[in-house]
Amino acid sequence: MAPPLLEVTGLSCRRGGRLVFDRLSFALSEGELLALTGRNGSGKTSLLRALAGLTPPHAGTIVWQGADVAQDPETWRGRLAWLGHLEGLKGDLTVMENLVFAERLRGGEAGDRLEGALLAFDLLGLSAREVRTLSAGQRRRTALARIVLSQAPLWLLDEPLNALDAPAQAAFRTALQAHLAAGGLAIAATHAELGIGGAQRLDLRGGTSVERPA
Amino acid sequence: MSGFATVLMRDLRLVWRRPGDVGVVLAFFVVATVLFPLGVGPETNVLARIAAGVLWCAALFAALLSLERLFAADHEDGTLDLLLLAPWPLELAALAKCLAHWIVTGLPLSLLAPVLGIAFGLDGRSLLALGATLLVGTPTLSLIGGLAAALTLGARKSGALLALLALPLCVPTLIFGAGAIETLAAGDGIVTHVAILAALALVALATTPWAIAAALRQAGE
Amino acid sequence: MADLHFLANPARFRRFSQRVLPGLAFATVLMLAVGVYMAFFVSPEDYQQGKTVRIMFVHVPSAWLSMGGYAMLAALGASLLVWRHPLAALMARAAAPVGASFAAVCLLTGSLWGRPMWGTYWVWDARLTSMLLLFFLYLGHIALSRAYDSPERGDRAAAILALIGVINLPIIKFSVDWWNTLHQPASITRLDAPAIHNSILVPLLWMAVSLLFLFVWLVLLRTETEIDRRRLENAEAAA
Repeated sequence: MAPPLLEVTGLSCRRGGRLVFDRLSFALSEGELLALTGRNGSGKTSLLRALAGLTPPHAGTIVWQGADVAQDPETWRGRLAWLGHLEGLKGDLTVMENLVFAERLRGGEAGDRLEGALLAFDLLGLSAREVRTLSAGQRRRTALARIVLSQAPLWLLDEPLNALDAPAQAAFRTALQAHLAAGGLAIAATHAELGIGGAQRLDLRGGTSVERPA
Repeated sequence: MSGFATVLMRDLRLVWRRPGDVGVVLAFFVVATVLFPLGVGPETNVLARIAAGVLWCAALFAALLSLERLFAADHEDGTLDLLLLAPWPLELAALAKCLAHWIVTGLPLSLLAPVLGIAFGLDGRSLLALGATLLVGTPTLSLIGGLAAALTLGARKSGALLALLALPLCVPTLIFGAGAIETLAAGDGIVTHVAILAALALVALATTPWAIAAALRQAGE
Repeated sequence: MADLHFLANPARFRRFSQRVLPGLAFATVLMLAVGVYMAFFVSPEDYQQGKTVRIMFVHVPSAWLSMGGYAMLAALGASLLVWRHPLAALMARAAAPVGASFAAVCLLTGSLWGRPMWGTYWVWDARLTSMLLLFFLYLGHIALSRAYDSPERGDRAAAILALIGVINLPIIKFSVDWWNTLHQPASITRLDAPAIHNSILVPLLWMAVSLLFLFVWLVLLRTETEIDRRRLENAEAAA
């Protein structure tokens, strides 16, 4: 068993007076997938945002390869591929432009890899279309192509299967399995089964802890 | 391509796709300015006296009008998260977006204002001074307005609030911008004014990007 | 323990404030009573301004306190953003309307003074104009801190605004002074005489200290209220 790449210890998050999640700990090694489950409002999205550094956690540490990611947030952000519940696509830009932009934002050039990413999600025929003319599922596929394109070691995915039809779901599973097989990590919030064997599970019940007035 | 240039080029391209949005802002500027002769009366000496103030105020309002969407659009489609997660300083992205805003509003307003100044009976030197002070002063408006836009991201009634936050902070730029033309009429040069406007722009450049970045991070939480 | 962090400081503050507030209220009333007596009956009339000089005993300290109050908002903002001090947010929320009120009092007394002295309620005097802009800065702070569904977000946005505001305040003051000299010859009577006689200075300083007591008392009282309000909101959010 390889030593864990990612170690999360005692992570807590609070909104207002409400504990969204409390003292979560888990570790992921190369090629491992963590499925976050739990009901709506149980804190899955908040946990993903805390992991990405979008929300500063109230307590706890995130350690990547032995180093606390809070020490060097920029390098940490460079290791992440993020899929939120919003796709992060510009409606007035084409599929192709959106992907090229996202990749440049990460400091890379899409180059030859672009075609592969488009192909993986059956987007070749749509690449010159403006995103606002696409259906919800087509947009989700574009966002997933962005994730694949990033070559980031850690994928953070919020409900990746949303709005995807069966062939697109299959394409996503193939892409995710290839990512894991190449030693990548993924954390996905989901209320449906991801359909990938060997995934760790973290069930969030959160949201009920109340702080008592002193 | 650096992240700064990427964000700048993307925002410019987005405006290029929808030139109407800029057109509306410029049209507002023209219409708002034209209302003054109708309200004040067409006496040329009165108009020439208030021209600089009117054009500067109208430019300020036009710039603020277009700022509300500066970060709101990125917030709504989730691209703000991509900016927040880019592996380089968010301050640069904030600056790139303000620069893009200036290129598509501050710059055309500076070029358009002297043309409108003709209708107010300003002489050639005053027209040049008007254009010059706007060129140096409008970047400050984009930066301060960008901060107000970032602070009001996701707030209730954000448009009016944005103006309330930005206007008092824009007062120095307005005073020295409009004051320059008056100084010119009194027979003095405007070098001091332009220098002070540039200094104000530098202060804004030094202080607002980190404040915008801090405000955007909060909006992402 | 970490979860109690939010309440730890406010709870300690409450113990402190409950001990201090009654005495502070008493001292404020006493000082103000003495100050008003001095202002109205002890201090002489000004040879130029006549009875209206008495307005200065409220006007000038209000100006000082509203400026100091904004500096305090900035300090509280820094303490919230840098150290995430939970009490700072609540105190800023409590202090902003108090500071704004002092700015408003300064503007009102200024225009009341202006009526007999200038013959009109409002003159675009540099000091009054700067004070008006400070009042607007306060309004922006208050509106921004209350503009969000999540009060914490409003707190932090307002904190950033206060920091930028305090940097810009001297610039605004400088530019308004400059604007004023450009547009008006300096013939207008300034609100302060060049040399103030002790018979005026003593009541003025006394009133300044009294109103400072009033300021502190109001801010502490309002901070208590803000703590209670935040607790209630949090309890509702958790329910």
